Amino acid sequence: MKNRKERSIKYAFAALAFSSLVFLAGIVLVLFMEGLPVFRTVGPWAFLTGRRWYPTSVPPEFGVLPLLLGSLWVTAGALLICVPLGVGSALYLHELAGPRQRAVLKPALEILASVPSIVYGFFGMVILAPFLQNVFSLPIGLCSLTASVILGVMASPTVASIAEDALSYVPRSFREASLAVGADRWQTLTRVIMPAAGSGISTAVILGMSRAIGETMTVLMVAGGSAMIPHSFFDPVRPMTAAIAAEMGEAAVGSPHYHALFAIALLLFLVTFLFNIAAELISRRYRVKLGLSR
Amino acid sequence: MTAAGAAGAGLPVRARGRSKRRSLAQKLGFAALGACMAANVFFLGAILFFIASRGLGAINWAFLTQVPRDSMTAGGVAPAIVGTLYLTLGAVLFALPLGVACAVYLTEYSPKGWSAALLRVGVNNLAGVPSVVFGLFGLTVFVKYFGFGVSIVSGSLTLGILALPVIISASQEALTAVPQSVREASLALGATQWETIRRVVLPAALPGILTGVILSVGRVAGETAPILFTAAAFYVRGFPQSPMSEVMALPYHIYALMTEGTHPEIQTRIAYGCSLLLLALVLSVSLIAILIRQRQRKACHAA
Repeated sequence: MKNRKERSIKYAFAALAFSSLVFLAGIVLVLFMEGLPVFRTVGPWAFLTGRRWYPTSVPPEFGVLPLLLGSLWVTAGALLICVPLGVGSALYLHELAGPRQRAVLKPALEILASVPSIVYGFFGMVILAPFLQNVFSLPIGLCSLTASVILGVMASPTVASIAEDALSYVPRSFREASLAVGADRWQTLTRVIMPAAGSGISTAVILGMSRAIGETMTVLMVAGGSAMIPHSFFDPVRPMTAAIAAEMGEAAVGSPHYHALFAIALLLFLVTFLFNIAAELISRRYRVKLGLSR
Repeated sequence: MTAAGAAGAGLPVRARGRSKRRSLAQKLGFAALGACMAANVFFLGAILFFIASRGLGAINWAFLTQVPRDSMTAGGVAPAIVGTLYLTLGAVLFALPLGVACAVYLTEYSPKGWSAALLRVGVNNLAGVPSVVFGLFGLTVFVKYFGFGVSIVSGSLTLGILALPVIISASQEALTAVPQSVREASLALGATQWETIRRVVLPAALPGILTGVILSVGRVAGETAPILFTAAAFYVRGFPQSPMSEVMALPYHIYALMTEGTHPEIQTRIAYGCSLLLLALVLSVSLIAILIRQRQRKACHAA
């Protein structure tokens, strides 16, 4: 009697627990069901490699290459900022900051991470864009450079906190051995500790990248919004997320444009999914390598 | 640095030169690391400074308590504040039981095995889904399929799914921090597993779970993309009347003020005010979470 009650409680928890998987599956299902119908209008190859995104002209053209490249372009720029900032901050916290500094700096990074993306976007629009426009004397301040800077700053606390975790997993003995054979702290850091934490750091970078490519509001506000293939960091771009957010409201339900936006979301989901799986695999291998069971 | 210096003192001249170069590299390297950290702090400072200094001027009692007037150029943003509170509350009410149940299942009932592994991968990936994709899911499932329309309900459910991974991982951390011996003591006294979980483990993990809830509130309150197509409207007359009505929300309001309307200057001023409000809300919430967690970790180390 008691046993049966216990067992049913366990099953109830299992059912509730698997709801999160149901949501994930639901998301995938929705993206496929609403995204795939676009291929009745345009072939998969033409969709992926088409250079013209004119969803509202007659006849409409659905080439997502400019949007895809826009996303990658902005993300690449963001990486140039968030990798040094994030990894550098992690190394600083790990190697140089004393307990008192850490007590201030770690919460500061967490706060930087919890600033809402809309506030970053607003800041980029009213402060950073005019500033960069002045400095580089650009025709417009809203361009991929501005978006990259903001995204880089947004992603760097994520990178920093995961990289710092990775650094802290490196056994003390590594460091002591290196110092004992006469290496100085910098050499120990760059040639022993960083390589040992290498896969953890790359996990951090991949997750930062995943965050940057999926970020919506900031790029919607500051990237400039023109669906053209970018040639420089000063070109305005329209990343995939921005296109979805900006055009969903005006696309008629069930129209090719509507399905095309879901197909873009599917593409975006697959890209971030691959990033997350890669990060997961790398960090698992890394833990095995260092003999950590977690 | 000191170790290398001391070693260098007894060495021949050539080696000493090398160790000097080394220590120069170390100095430059450490300076670069300091600069990276400083850049992050600088950006945080710049954002806080500009938003606070320009936002404060826009905020007064009327701004906080009145409805917008004269096509968004006068009055306050009270409906947006209320809307954000409703959406956040709804999301947490939805995600909390599911998230805690998931964490309990993962740590208490099935910490190993294929189902737990599958769940972990699922939760990790759910955490990585771009926010705008949640918005499309909410649009298709809640707004259209279930027929909730563009409403507080649709928005809350969508935001709730987004908050789920945050609550799950915080709760899991809290539950695993409860010592195994406590569980064993309870079981040894004859309590069943469910009694142990309900009376012993969950109360002990409560502060940690609370931290997770607070963190998710901070996250949810600031999200814009998921409510774009599921809940938000630029202007709604008066305060939301029912869970099925469209709402104004602070984050969406900032976006709308900057991209729509006909009075860019006045609207930017209002947007500064809204940004400061949102920032104050989100940051104070996450600061509380950080403080609770630090205190707990200290308590853990002391014990």
